[in-house]
Amino acid sequence: MLRFILNRLVLIIPTFVGITLVAFLFIRLLPGDPVILMAGERGVSPERHAELMAQFGFDQPLWKQYADYVGGLLQGDFGYSFSTKKPVLTEFMSRFPATLELAVCAIVLATVLGVAAGILAAVRRGGWIDQLTMGTALIGYSMPIFWWALLLIILFSTTLGWTPVSGRISLMQFFPDVTGFMLIDSLLSGKPGAFWSAVHHLILPTIVLATIPLAVIARQTRSAMLEVLGEIYIMTAKSKGLAPRRVVWLHALRNALIPVVTTIGLQVSVLMGGAILTETIFSWPGVGKWMIDSISRRDYQVVQGGLLLIAVMVMIVNLTVDILYGLINPRVRHR
Amino acid sequence: MSATDDPHIGTAEQEPLGPPPVAPWRENWRYFTSNRGAVLGLTVLGLMVLTAIFAPLIAPHETATQYRDALLAPPAWTANGRAEFLLGTDALGRDILSRLIYGARYSLAIGLVVVTLALISGILVGLVAGYCGGWVDALIMRVMDIILAFPSLLLALVLVAIIGPGLFNAMLAIAVVLQPHFARLTRGAVMAEKSREYVTSAKVAGAGHLRLMLVTILPNCLGPLIVQATLSFSNAILDAAALGFLGMGAQPPTPEWGTMLAEAREFITSAWWVVTMPGVAILITVLAINLIGDGLRDTLDPKLKRS
Repeated sequence: MLRFILNRLVLIIPTFVGITLVAFLFIRLLPGDPVILMAGERGVSPERHAELMAQFGFDQPLWKQYADYVGGLLQGDFGYSFSTKKPVLTEFMSRFPATLELAVCAIVLATVLGVAAGILAAVRRGGWIDQLTMGTALIGYSMPIFWWALLLIILFSTTLGWTPVSGRISLMQFFPDVTGFMLIDSLLSGKPGAFWSAVHHLILPTIVLATIPLAVIARQTRSAMLEVLGEIYIMTAKSKGLAPRRVVWLHALRNALIPVVTTIGLQVSVLMGGAILTETIFSWPGVGKWMIDSISRRDYQVVQGGLLLIAVMVMIVNLTVDILYGLINPRVRHR
Repeated sequence: MSATDDPHIGTAEQEPLGPPPVAPWRENWRYFTSNRGAVLGLTVLGLMVLTAIFAPLIAPHETATQYRDALLAPPAWTANGRAEFLLGTDALGRDILSRLIYGARYSLAIGLVVVTLALISGILVGLVAGYCGGWVDALIMRVMDIILAFPSLLLALVLVAIIGPGLFNAMLAIAVVLQPHFARLTRGAVMAEKSREYVTSAKVAGAGHLRLMLVTILPNCLGPLIVQATLSFSNAILDAAALGFLGMGAQPPTPEWGTMLAEAREFITSAWWVVTMPGVAILITVLAINLIGDGLRDTLDPKLKRS
């Protein structure tokens, strides 16, 4: 098992190096040189320009610049935000809990509902339940989620007034920021209504972000279940006279879930893409909105650092899923 | 369609007895059309294509004409609706239906261009990787891994930030992001086919590398690629609409559906029709294409075929 994990770790090293290369090249590929980009509309005198180029090391050969960049990364230097003058890593860390909270809620919702719907559809194959769930899943899978978010806001926020339109918590609620996770902090504060305010703000963004993963997981669970239900050992279990429920939940589900775990892992990347849209629409102060704001503000060091940090995070999650997959499926491990 | 030269269907030839063999494409077509969803999807997509082609004939108004007396007019069937604006007008008094009809051109063109670019480049890269193997394969596949390590919408956004916002640049960026899927699929299929007897026999008969790659091997890998192309078509439309919505794709006043939604966002409380209609158009188009994709997958994947 240890060898399997080490093997996986070695395999991701080239990808990791590639990600740093992409992030490094991003600023160099932008039209105009970095100093002119930073100066923006104001312009900069030729002397000051040369001085700044030297200060940031842009006059060095490219390989030297890359080496310095990676050297900085290893010491936790991801650059500075041009607009707030704070380190990119600090800015990322202050926003990441918001995204993580939203993403975790979304993936939990998508997994629980998706697996349940997939099993139900597979067991009732061809029936109206199957057709209904799979039809709904296909609609969810085809949904432009930014539009879906607007529809939900129109219905639940502006028409019915059940949920707030934006933000993480009511402006009336004040409590100390302990973990960065609203659900936990609001509970810790012990203030009446704080937790419910946080939950209320989470509902619509979670539904929006969960929509596509939910559809994908439901479809994948159904087809994995159908495949397993056709296996001979299921027939054996059935012919031994085991209760159908026991066969489905104990014998079939365990094996059907193996490919589903991979699917859930792959959804993390989808979630990060979806977070950009969801957070923008609901003014959710997370990493996705931060990236969009930084792109439109031309705060390119933030875009560079954010791109790198998000990709590394997705990579770590995928690695974890890979290892988990090896744990639950010995056939992969010993190959 | 050469796609139907599926090797799995060729087994019928080995059985001299039994019913006369059916042409593979005819069998696939029969199978595909037995799927009600797929037929529905194909019909809707066909209507969409006709709408796009004949947009100038169908659209009741010009897309840019601003009717100053009818700003934010609601749809015709509501109380204050006006018959000449069936789906209402937007904040500048432009007819929404006409803009949606012209928008079909953009969405279908986006899908077509993106899939063509991603498909061709992905197939070439995948063919070379799978056929050559060794360090070429390792290098190419690592590059693909790097592209896939980024969330696709984020990478597309960053690429657009580099090359500048606009519809064509957005299409290029989305093609780059979708391309690795084709490369991976092609590589996998080529590696599986490479060692088969028919390839060896072609090699023995003196076929060159290019002929082996493009004429001998490629046609037998097309099944999964066609399915992936269909899925990418709908993904491209969704991603382009998302980029348009974020202001990084088609720019106003282009009647692209995502861009229309971005313009409509501020009327979310006052004029629901401005927000609803473009999204319905995107959803219907993407849904139709996904229905076709599901049908194609069931048809072209022999494992799923009912016997």
